[in-house]
Amino acid sequence: MDPLTPPHAAPLPPPIRRIAVDRSPTTVAAPAAATNGHGHGQPSGIVGGGRHAQRAGRAGVERMRLEDLSISYGRKLAVNRVSLPVRQGEVLALIGPSGCGKTTLLRSLNRLIELTPTASREGRIMLDDQDVDRMEVTHLRRRVTMVFQQPNPFPMSIFDNIAYGLREQGSSRPRREELEPQVIDALERAGLYGEVSENLDHPALRLSGGQQQRLCIARALAVRPEVLLLDEPASALDPRSTARIEDLLVKLRDEVAIVIVTHNLQQAFRIADHVAFMYLGELEEYAPTDQMFGAPRTQRSRDYVSGAFG
Amino acid sequence: MSVEAPNRALGDAGPTRPMESSATWPRADRVGLGLAWAAGMLLCVVAGAIVLYMLFRGLQYLSFELLVTRPEVANDQSRSGGFLDPIIGTLMLTVLGTIIAAPLGVAAAVWLSEYGRPSWLARLVESGIEVVAGTPSIVLAIFGLLIFSQPLFAFLSFTAEGNAVFGRSFLAAGAMISLIALPFVVGATREALNAIPSHVREASYALGKTKAATIRRVLLPAVRPGIGTGTALGMGRIAGDTAIPIALLGATLQLQAVDGPLGTLRGTGGTLTTYVYGNSPAGEGNAPEKAYAAAFVLLLVVVLLNFGVDLISRRRQVTSWTR
Ligand SMILES: Nc1ncnc2c1ncn2[C@@H]1O[C@H](COP(=O)(O)OP(=O)(O)O)[C@@H](O)[C@H]1O
Ligand SMILES: [Mg+2]
Repeated sequence: MDPLTPPHAAPLPPPIRRIAVDRSPTTVAAPAAATNGHGHGQPSGIVGGGRHAQRAGRAGVERMRLEDLSISYGRKLAVNRVSLPVRQGEVLALIGPSGCGKTTLLRSLNRLIELTPTASREGRIMLDDQDVDRMEVTHLRRRVTMVFQQPNPFPMSIFDNIAYGLREQGSSRPRREELEPQVIDALERAGLYGEVSENLDHPALRLSGGQQQRLCIARALAVRPEVLLLDEPASALDPRSTARIEDLLVKLRDEVAIVIVTHNLQQAFRIADHVAFMYLGELEEYAPTDQMFGAPRTQRSRDYVSGAFG
Repeated sequence: MSVEAPNRALGDAGPTRPMESSATWPRADRVGLGLAWAAGMLLCVVAGAIVLYMLFRGLQYLSFELLVTRPEVANDQSRSGGFLDPIIGTLMLTVLGTIIAAPLGVAAAVWLSEYGRPSWLARLVESGIEVVAGTPSIVLAIFGLLIFSQPLFAFLSFTAEGNAVFGRSFLAAGAMISLIALPFVVGATREALNAIPSHVREASYALGKTKAATIRRVLLPAVRPGIGTGTALGMGRIAGDTAIPIALLGATLQLQAVDGPLGTLRGTGGTLTTYVYGNSPAGEGNAPEKAYAAAFVLLLVVVLLNFGVDLISRRRQVTSWTR
């Protein structure tokens, strides 16, 4: 019934929580053997698959686990009994029509959802076999950081934006010299250092939108998180900046588990290793990317995914 | 006036025509437009008249001499000196009021915008600030006099023989006059805080930061231009207020320090406003030339402050997020 429990092929009538099961990390092996994006039995004409040379056959290490997660706003159920694994070494894409609960689910992973007074949560979220509810929330959020839809650098210099996360709460220590290597490293990992190396003291809000978003990614990476959450990080950006961020995420997936919400199916196809399709708060299907786009199991996923390649 | 006539021109011209001429509007609309235009012009004329008249009078009577000589009590106007003391008085009172109002106002705004719980308390604080903002300064002044003449506040001002507390001093006037600036600081700071999209705060929480760290390192720097705007507006109001310096500062011609530490602050004095009032035909003195000159200086100070407000708020647009 869900990706966390062993498969039992049961073509159940409603409720429609039929989920493609992918238990073993190497499930995608079948068609994957050698080729890349094209030639997976994908509908032809798909662009961008090539960026994803070794998508199939990746063995992710499970870092987070959602077990029967339900979230309501007041009496309105926004996420309904979703179970999912989040693995390091791969990119997990959450797709689904607008309002289906993607953002809500994502915000529950680092307990940001608790800032919404009306939101209540049921079910468990585990980070490395530890219940996130039992963790100190500031500690949790340094291990599970987040990048938002709108670029939101802080009103300070590029350097200080990165250094902010590295410093203790509101403190201005450690000093700049001590932090410089870490700041530069984070900027490099986010592919931004080359563009800003001369202007680390410039206000971050003067950067272009695409640069701002990569700065936000650098800021989130600087604290060495284990899981990186991204909520439609490229929806406000131009295609070139989007492509840079996609490349970046594919590179980053080995050091950090990546969960990205996207309404862009092509994007999900290009960068994700697993795709979770949500519909009206339910997890409709969870499958390896190739399977989700090539041979979706449920009629609904088929309808939705076919929109990608029309 | 009723402006109900449908816009007939729209049908002929098509809705996408960019430059629609008002000549084709119905009469009521044209009359309305004319009145709006006239109102704008009238305000321009009034503002221009004030500035030009004060400029003319001010430059006519103002001299460097007046700015740097102390005023003296004298019937002969050639011996009554300048208005150095009132200038210093205005500066001192403005600075005092501001250093009280700015931190208080920012703190109140942060509490209201970022905490504001329980909500009935927040509403109460809001109404409190509105009441303060709406209270005429003469009422604040006599209330302040009542408070600061209590023995408890004897240390703030001069104490006469028999332990009667005078209750008038820069400290007393500064404390009360800060209430004039306070609502401006609160208002502008809150507006700036509310303009910060919530995802910016969340981005800070998502790095494991506490609310306190977020306020200190992210929100306060972001609202600095807002704080500046509110503070400058408030300073203009303080510099221009007359009732409080008259009732609570003593409105003396010269600064009169009391003995002991912080003597000047605990002593009495006057400001440009009390000087203008005292020397104009409205007051007892009869030196309209000097009143005009001082009024011109006052106007200059206030106009400069407002210019500063403009400058600050224009800079604000450089740093902004998408909602
Ligand atoms: N703060 C909130 N209060 C009440 N309802 C909300 C709130 N945020 C989201 N919702 C509702 O929860 C559902 C899921 O929203 P969301 O997670 O934002 O969806 P998505 O990100 O997939 O578009 C929607 O129906 C939305 O209206
Ligand atoms: Mg969303």
